[in-house]
Amino acid sequence: MPRKGRPKVAVWKFTSCDGCQLSMLDCEDELLAIADAVEIANFREATSAVVEGPYDLSLVEGSVTTLSDARRIQEVRAQSRLLVTIGACATAGGIQALRNFANIEEFRQAVYARPEHISTLSTSTPIQDHVPVDFELRGCPINKDQLLEVLSAFLDGRSSNVPTESVCAECKRRGNVCVMVARGAPCLGPVTQAGCGALCPAYHRGCYGCFGPQESPNTASLIRRLEALGMDGPARLRVFRTFNASNPVFRAASEAPAGGNP
Amino acid sequence: MGAPEEGPARHYLLARADFQSLFDALAREGYTTLGPTVRDAAIVYAEIRNVEDLPIGWTDRQGPGTYRIERRKDDALFGYNVGPHSWKGYLYPSRERLWAAHRSPSGFTVEPPEAAPPRYAFLGVRACELQAIAIQDRVFDGPYADPAYRARRASSLRIAVQCGQAGPTCFCASMGTGPRVGPDHDLALTELLGPGSHRFLVQVGSPRGAAIADRLPLRPATEEDLRARDALVDQATSSMGRSLRTDDVHDLLLGNPGLHRWEEVARRCLACTNCTLACPTCFCSTTEEVPDLSGDRVERWRRWDSCFTLAFTQLGKGSVRRSPTSRYRQWLTHKLASWQDQFGSSGCVGCGRCITWCPVGIDLTEEVAALREESSAKTAVSGGER
Repeated sequence: MPRKGRPKVAVWKFTSCDGCQLSMLDCEDELLAIADAVEIANFREATSAVVEGPYDLSLVEGSVTTLSDARRIQEVRAQSRLLVTIGACATAGGIQALRNFANIEEFRQAVYARPEHISTLSTSTPIQDHVPVDFELRGCPINKDQLLEVLSAFLDGRSSNVPTESVCAECKRRGNVCVMVARGAPCLGPVTQAGCGALCPAYHRGCYGCFGPQESPNTASLIRRLEALGMDGPARLRVFRTFNASNPVFRAASEAPAGGNP
Repeated sequence: MGAPEEGPARHYLLARADFQSLFDALAREGYTTLGPTVRDAAIVYAEIRNVEDLPIGWTDRQGPGTYRIERRKDDALFGYNVGPHSWKGYLYPSRERLWAAHRSPSGFTVEPPEAAPPRYAFLGVRACELQAIAIQDRVFDGPYADPAYRARRASSLRIAVQCGQAGPTCFCASMGTGPRVGPDHDLALTELLGPGSHRFLVQVGSPRGAAIADRLPLRPATEEDLRARDALVDQATSSMGRSLRTDDVHDLLLGNPGLHRWEEVARRCLACTNCTLACPTCFCSTTEEVPDLSGDRVERWRRWDSCFTLAFTQLGKGSVRRSPTSRYRQWLTHKLASWQDQFGSSGCVGCGRCITWCPVGIDLTEEVAALREESSAKTAVSGGER
């Protein structure tokens, strides 16, 4: 069935680096097709032209770190038929969720020349902690092909095909040589969800887990292997607390005692 | 040259200094040569054009969950054990477009897949790998034959190489799949390397292999060369790192789904899919439709899947094999037991890739032994109670 009309799509930024929005703009070959298929009604990173809501689809980047964020996400949700979060910040609080493990007042005093101008919450929380989310697209940043798949699925009214298997599956399909087996490199690939195309291992680096946990992550077993490869507790805490620190699985893995079992 | 025979009359020698002539002959016959080369800290399979592309003087050290390449004391061309890749990646690519369809005013039109299959020459196929290809031949033939696999397979050439050594994770001898190269090949090479002498025994296994051999500067082999080959194969057999008892494994695995060991191995299993995708015989795939944004064109792709993913058994109400226990049990039981019922042979050729490339080093030979031990202990106890 040919499609009717062009749905209105909005792209929103909360606390984030804009990298996921840039992934969307990085769809250079497909941008014209996107503009043909949907009406970009609100996308400040790309255009100052704004069409009023309601919107058929909202793509939300960033986490909630201020009272203003917390109020605004309610407004976005109220105007959106479907809401999809894009990236590790929106999905799991992002790098800035490291504040959840520290004293925000100390940060404020240490970092800013005029701390009294800074108004912030003591936590960075994912969008789903505040409003219902229809779909989460993971990654730091997101993968543009997955974004196109989500848009395509939205246009066709079908569920999107975003595998939740491990990064290892992508590594093997790509023909990468396992960096953990062949180099002894610590790698979170076995417990991390696919989607990046096994980017870091393709460049001989262990996976940093930026897509968050895979569908059935066995972090305890991986931790025992990481320990055997020489990773100590503080190093493990850091590796599980980079992009998805507030994800319950990675948080538990960062805090688990030696041997991996919480 | 005619049908292959045993005995020196059908065996030839190729000097190391003339080895480049094999690459040249393959190129002249229109083959794309794929073979071992050092890349990314491993000996992988890739397109190669010259003898210098081979892993000259390299070998590997393997164990459960660990693999390192290191220098040999000699300049052997094939002095390594099987690595992370298998020929599966070429005969049955990890991602393959099956077809595409266009919407048209009157309906839709289907674009067929590309017509001409590649013409591959696989250089350095080990005995276990020949058997793995034979297993996949059976999987992709029959009532559900895969035309693209059949076409690639029919146009490809298998140049086997005898193993002169075995690795710590090798167990082909106990699977009956090696280390001696079987008769089903196009050419078989044995690297004979001694003080002041470096040559290759060449056996011709098919007319297409003969067409290549005709282009090589060969001289007749002697009984002594055949004895040297046999000694090498014996050496590989005696250095085999592992073994798997196969006589009871069918009933052992199918008859004991409730053993504690299944739970125990699942505590170590990462459900990461590495074993299945490194395995040269695992063939499971999924298909996915990839529409473009206009909705007017769609491609159907097939990609490798694994019984270790939840999506593999996704039905309306969710995944059937939710627990990693059930997924590991499914894999091992299919590989070693129900594969026999389905395809007439074990699905395992004893190459050891699933042991080496498991990030946490789970060893199926050890798991089978532990399952057997637990099963016999259980039988002994229940026998005693009666």
